[in-house]
Amino acid sequence: MTVTAETSRSPAPAVARRAKRSRLLPRVAPYLQAAPLTVTLLLFLLVPILTIVAVSFWDYDSVRIYPDFVLTNYVELLTSPVTWKTYLNTLKYAALAWAATLGIGFTVAYFLAFHIRSTTWQMVLFLLCTIPFWTSNIIRMISWIPFLGRNGLLNSGLISAGIIEHPLEFLLFSDFAVVLAFVHLYTLFMVVPIFNSMMRIDRSLVEAARDGGASGAQILWNVILPLTKPGIAIGSIFVVTLVMGDFITVRLMSGGQSASIGLMIANEISLLQYPAAAANATVLLAVVLIMVAAMLRVVDIRKEL
Amino acid sequence: MTAGSTVELVKLRKTYGSTVAVDGIDLRIAAGSYCCLLGPSGCGKTSTLRMIAGHEDISDGDLLIGDSVVNGEPPARRGTAMMFQSYALFPHLDCVDNVAFSLKMKGVGKEERRRRAAEMLDLVDMGRYAGRLPAQLSGGQQQRVALARALITRPGVLLLDEPLSALDPFLRVRMREELKRLHRDIGITFIHVTHSQTEAMALADLAVVMNQGRIEQAGPPRELFNRPRTAFVARFIGGHNVIDAGVIGDAGRCAVRADRIRLGGAHPADIQVEGTVRSLEYHGATVHLGLDVAGAEEFAVVLDEAGYFDAPVAIGDRVRAGWNRTDVHPLAS
Repeated sequence: MTVTAETSRSPAPAVARRAKRSRLLPRVAPYLQAAPLTVTLLLFLLVPILTIVAVSFWDYDSVRIYPDFVLTNYVELLTSPVTWKTYLNTLKYAALAWAATLGIGFTVAYFLAFHIRSTTWQMVLFLLCTIPFWTSNIIRMISWIPFLGRNGLLNSGLISAGIIEHPLEFLLFSDFAVVLAFVHLYTLFMVVPIFNSMMRIDRSLVEAARDGGASGAQILWNVILPLTKPGIAIGSIFVVTLVMGDFITVRLMSGGQSASIGLMIANEISLLQYPAAAANATVLLAVVLIMVAAMLRVVDIRKEL
Repeated sequence: MTAGSTVELVKLRKTYGSTVAVDGIDLRIAAGSYCCLLGPSGCGKTSTLRMIAGHEDISDGDLLIGDSVVNGEPPARRGTAMMFQSYALFPHLDCVDNVAFSLKMKGVGKEERRRRAAEMLDLVDMGRYAGRLPAQLSGGQQQRVALARALITRPGVLLLDEPLSALDPFLRVRMREELKRLHRDIGITFIHVTHSQTEAMALADLAVVMNQGRIEQAGPPRELFNRPRTAFVARFIGGHNVIDAGVIGDAGRCAVRADRIRLGGAHPADIQVEGTVRSLEYHGATVHLGLDVAGAEEFAVVLDEAGYFDAPVAIGDRVRAGWNRTDVHPLAS
């Protein structure tokens, strides 16, 4: 008996010390675990945005910028008719690109998810969709030029087939070309989340709907579409934010004839008007955030994440 | 509510590529009866049910519901309704809209269909939960909603795909009783797929034991239990010992009910075998013994509690088991 008592007493101080340390650690550990992400987000997200917001209140002339607090950048931006026209134009691109990518993306995802029975083929076809992403955006845009141009493949093909007499002018360096490029670049961002949503739909729901007398179109409208909404919302957020912030596609595909907010900001930067560009960027950020918030109000995407 | 329909399968066959799932079965299910399709997994019972429901194409043969052949008809025009194993409730619709779904598809107005759905929910005692989403319901409640959804189309035949397998044992017994009550109340034909012989025995007017795409035996549960046609049926239905008839000086194989076997030499018995007690389970009213006996893969003895404790045995004991010649039931090979 005494032996056991002795052995249990001697390591007691060490146990107490360990207990003290182990009481402190559980309290600190969660913060430590969250720290890397917090620091990364602070450094690479919050600090740059705050810098942009700060600079947007600065003053500038043709040579340099001055730390200050003036509202002239915002006043000039919001009172200029050019801004409003450009915003409208950008929103038009966003709306057209969104509608087209949604239509194509939903169809492709539906085909992949519900008409391809074998998982292997689903994967093969899905990977096929991603092949264009192995080249850069610029290359993919530029390759439209010889195809759509005045003497491009499409025009000369249509002329030699006798369908048209004169080349179609709207094909290249036009709004059509811009939207076409957007659709080409961003449809996959719509396909992936919608496909993901569709794969989660229990197939017996489709059978249950058919059992209840629903036709193919009724199943699509009453069962598949409502259950795909979160995917549609996520895809829409991708496409809309990408199109709203774009400048290179608009410049290349419109041949410099159309403007977008991104292009406007890029021009201001090239003229060293950083505070004006910063004000413009701040407003754009606010507009895009409002659009995303509106989409999230309509659809609850939490269960998808 | 609605009169039931007869269901008749004529040489019904289902193949997937070279695999035969259902091998030309014939079956007639009387109008208003409760039929259980029973068998181990992969025996073709679910394929049969899905062919009746119209969710699986028929490879060959004919399916009659009522007086007409319905082979190529879509589910809704067969007068059948199916309740799915996982219930398949639409997760984005509340109970009322789930139940009213088929009415909506038919173009019934909103007021009318919500009223009828509410009535149907009351029938399955789910009126209080009308506004809830499926995810906010327990398994048993989801099942009632699924039942209401299937019944609102006023089907002549209700098809149930393993309806009780997702429930816990207590709920399973209660829902079993409710299914039976519902069947008696509405009087339509029920076809119920299950792998549990207890469920089939408790519910069925007509129990159909299937194996490897064929019907082994079809009949009232009591007939199946007392006169199993094959060794498979005797084993699957349970409570039987399948013995090589050589043991009793006969050809082929035979079945003896486990509860007809007595232990020890004291009881007068026409036939006796010797074996070693391998397992011993106390079940309350009865005691189940497993014996190692020559000529039988498994040999079970069910004794009533008093009978066992009059002369208890232990695992490893050599015992004599005996039964009367009248209890021997010959099996087709």
